[in-house]
Parts: sequence; C-alpha cells; structure tokens
Amino acid sequence: MFNSLKGLVVTLVSTMNGLRSPVTRQYPNSGNLLKKHLEPTPVKDRFMGFPALTWDEEINEPYCTSCMVCIRGCPTQCMSAVMKDNPLYEQEKSSRRKIVDSFEINLNRCILCGICVEVCNFDAIVMTHEHEMSTSSRNGDRMNLPALLELGHKFQKETDWIPPTKRAKVVKEDATEVSKASADAEAS
Amino acid sequence: MTQIPENIMPNSEPVEMLLNMGPQHPSTHGVFRMVLWVDGEKIVDVVPHIGYLHRGSEKLCEGEQYNQVITLFDRMDYIANFNNEHVYVRAVEKLMGLEVSERSEYIRVILCELNRIASHMLFIATMGLDAGAMTPSMFCFRGRERIQGLFESVSGARMMHNYFRIGGLKEDVPDDFVHQVREVLDLVKKDTEESDKLLSFNEIFLARLKNIAVMSAEDAIDFGLTGPCLRASGVDYDVRKAAPYSVYDRFDFDVPIGLDGDCWDRYYLRVQEVYQSIRIVEQALEQLPSGDVASSLGRRLLRPPAGEVYVRGENPRGELGVYLNSDGTDRPYRIKVRPPSFCNLSSLKHMLKDSWIADSVVILGALDIVLGEVDR
Repeated sequence: MFNSLKGLVVTLVSTMNGLRSPVTRQYPNSGNLLKKHLEPTPVKDRFMGFPALTWDEEINEPYCTSCMVCIRGCPTQCMSAVMKDNPLYEQEKSSRRKIVDSFEINLNRCILCGICVEVCNFDAIVMTHEHEMSTSSRNGDRMNLPALLELGHKFQKETDWIPPTKRAKVVKEDATEVSKASADAEAS
Repeated sequence: MTQIPENIMPNSEPVEMLLNMGPQHPSTHGVFRMVLWVDGEKIVDVVPHIGYLHRGSEKLCEGEQYNQVITLFDRMDYIANFNNEHVYVRAVEKLMGLEVSERSEYIRVILCELNRIASHMLFIATMGLDAGAMTPSMFCFRGRERIQGLFESVSGARMMHNYFRIGGLKEDVPDDFVHQVREVLDLVKKDTEESDKLLSFNEIFLARLKNIAVMSAEDAIDFGLTGPCLRASGVDYDVRKAAPYSVYDRFDFDVPIGLDGDCWDRYYLRVQEVYQSIRIVEQALEQLPSGDVASSLGRRLLRPPAGEVYVRGENPRGELGVYLNSDGTDRPYRIKVRPPSFCNLSSLKHMLKDSWIADSVVILGALDIVLGEVDR
C-alpha cells in the first residue's frame, strides 16, 4: 500500500517535471509548440556531411589537381578522378600544372569518415554540412564534377570557408606575433 | 472452419513446442534469433542463431590500411564507438612502441567514459522497455542525445566518429569543450537520477527482474563473462583496475559489485557505473593538460614492424580484446577481435533453461548485447 502510494508520488513528480517544453522536434521543423522555426535543426560546425570539391575564387578553378591521394586513402573506394593539363597554367594565371578533368563520388558508398579531407594536400575536398540527399534511384547519388563543385561552393559560401593550410599559416603568424610581443614586453 | 481432431489433448502427455523468436523481434535488440523449446510456459532448451549482421569485419580489416581499420572498428560495437577505437589504436601503438601525448590520453578517456555513459543510458532505456516501462526510456534517450550532440561538436559525427588516430587524435577538441562537457554532465546526471528514481526500485520492475537468471560467480567465470555481467555476479574484475591502461590509474573511482547475480543486479550495476563514469570524467576534466594532440608520425603511411600484439580494454559491455598480427606491410596480416557481447551471449543457454518465456526478454535484455559486435 505504502509502496504503491510512493510510486504514485514519484510518477506524479515526474509528470510535473515532464510538463516542461518538449525536447523532441518535429522533423524537419525545429522549435517547440509555441515557437516554430521552419529551418531544420542546425548541425555543429565540425559536422561531417557528404564530401564535395572546393572552388578557388581567386583563380576561378577547382583546387583539386586529381592527385588521387584521397582515392587511395578512401576505405570504401567510392571515388574516381581523371587528371588533365591545366590550360590556365599555360597562360601563367595559375600555379597548378594539372587540374581535375572529371571526378566522381558515389555518395551511396561513402561512409563519411573524413579520411579524404585529412589526406588532401591541396584543400580540395571538404566534408560539407549536406546530409539530406536521399534519392529513389540506385545510382542517384553518384555525383560528378559540376555537382560536387556546386555542393562545395554552397558550403564555402555558408561557412566563409578558408583553406585549412592558409588558416594554419595565419594561426602560426599570430602565434609568432604573440610570442614576439611577449618577448618585447619581457625585454622592456 | 478447421475441424479440431477429437482425440487431441484431453488426457494426452504434455507436448514440447518449438517457438521461434526473432530475427525480426523488437526485444532481441537487433537481428538475433532464438529457437526456444518450451514445455508449456517453461523453456526447456534454446538454440541461438547468430550471423544475420555478419559483415566479415575481421577479414575486411586485412584489406585496409592501418588508419582505415579505425572506421571498421567504429562499426563493430556501434553503441560504444569511442571505446572500440581506443582499443584498436592502443593495439597499433603498442606494436609500434609509440608514445601518446598526455592531452590526447586524457581526451580519449573523457570521450570513452562519456561513450560508456551513453551506452549504459541506452541499456537503462531498453531494459525499462523490455520490462514494460516507457517513461524512463524517454529520459535516457534525452540524456544520450545530449552526449551525442557533444560528440558531434567534437568529432563531426554522432556515431561513426573516426576521431582517434594511431598516436594521437584527428584534431584538438573545440575551445569550449571543457565547458560543454561540464554542462552535459550536469544534465546527464539529472537524467540518470530521474530515470533511476522512476525505475530501479519500482515494485513491478523489481518483480520482473529480481531473482531472474541467477548466475553464480563460478558459473560466470566459467562462461567467460566480462564487464557488468561478471561484476553483477560478485566478481571484482574490471580491466581499468586489474590492468590499468591509458591514464586510468590516475583516477579515483569504484568498481560496483553485484550481490546476487540476477537480472536486477546487472541492471543496477550499470546505473552505478554511470555515476562512476561521471566521476572519472569530472576528475579528467580537472587534470586535463594542455599540449599537442597530433600524432608524432604525421600523416605518413603506417608500416608497423612485423610482430603480434594483444591488447584489451574495458568496454561498456565487457572486455574487448584485439589480437593484431603484422607482417611489416601497410595492412594488418590478421586482426582477431574478442567481442564482449559474443562471449557474454554464450551464457544465454544456461540462463534461459528452466525459466519462463515471459522472462526470456528481460534475460536477453540484461545481457546487453550489440549484434554488430556479436556477428562482426
């Protein structure tokens, strides 16, 4: 008797606690019952969605040179690429001798591990925040070069993307400046 | 209408019946099939069928480079990904004699313990569901969701992280990591306490779980049980204490021990382990040193020296062992995994015999198996 009453009290307290605003969200909307947003739940900064290729705005060409390092590093062999001579290099507009001719990622095979981004030496591939790309056909998520560049461009615009090697350089310079400043301060 | 034969049942002998449970059964926690021989409501014999989720992970490992194998280990025990990664990277580090920076070790331990909390919360949730309690599962999933959100901000993925590297980590944690973890820990503690209060000493729950599938300490050792299932039987064995790895010897935590070795002990022990894991994470956050997390090897292709190594670690489900045999090339020659769920599952027959059909679900639930690891 006493135990069942105790149980009822525990449940009641829990029910009262449960009357707070809901934690679950209706996909694709976020927000709660009173306040509804139409945009989907935001992803975190580091979120790894489907991979895409980046576009070099300064020279107007892809970063990718089809060096195949990502293809060799991929655990599922979901990518393929073909290289060609860079016409802009001959015009001395670009420092890249070779450039990507065609590139394909089978996103149905991709396991979103991020190894390709890690091994890339040219900042050419990124994990975008794209994750809602279901299709109804078997090969519907085979992305070719223009589609990948479009995806990447969208990501670059959304996140104000700076190439990681450039970012690392900036950080290094900052660090040396800071250490210089502190050294100066110590000297004075 | 079917004609019922006249000579059936009136005074015939009791008949044993064959009852197929699974592979598509919500209470088998995956694609697990049990064929139960029942005599009325009593289970006489059970034949477990595994292999519905077999992907040949161990064989696949032989075709992948050492850094790519981490992605396969993510997918073995898909509830405790960080713990799995940790054991594998430790195996390769031991083989190569690599030193890992202090900061990486601490971050690894923090993430592993958080993963243990997430895994145990899922267990508490499903244990409640198996016994017929709906509400605690909601609270636990909310807590687990918070931890997964934290993982997403650290590694970029909610489940298949691929974050640990041989000799370090992929990248340093975000700047507000310590603050985030503290915040999440407070909330998770509250969630656990809430569901603990609702579920643990609930009379119906006790009636469903107490004195069900009692396992003596000798039997538990004989069957090769590890982890919470072993400790519930009263054996004080935890790899983190028995053979401390990483930086576990620097933390002050207790290993909860069960008294009776029944299903309720197996449940309550995991609840207590959540609190202990919270303690470890809190201590690790306080001691967290600054420094570098990148591997000293850089990004070059790994070619560990030829040799073999066996490394074990305490996973949420028990002791995970990785046997790694290298022939000096860039791919492992052989990887053998000792999965805790698989070894714990071997005691199923012993536990289910002479119990009721109604209890079979909670007995299987209390073992806390993950089929991705059983079948590999």
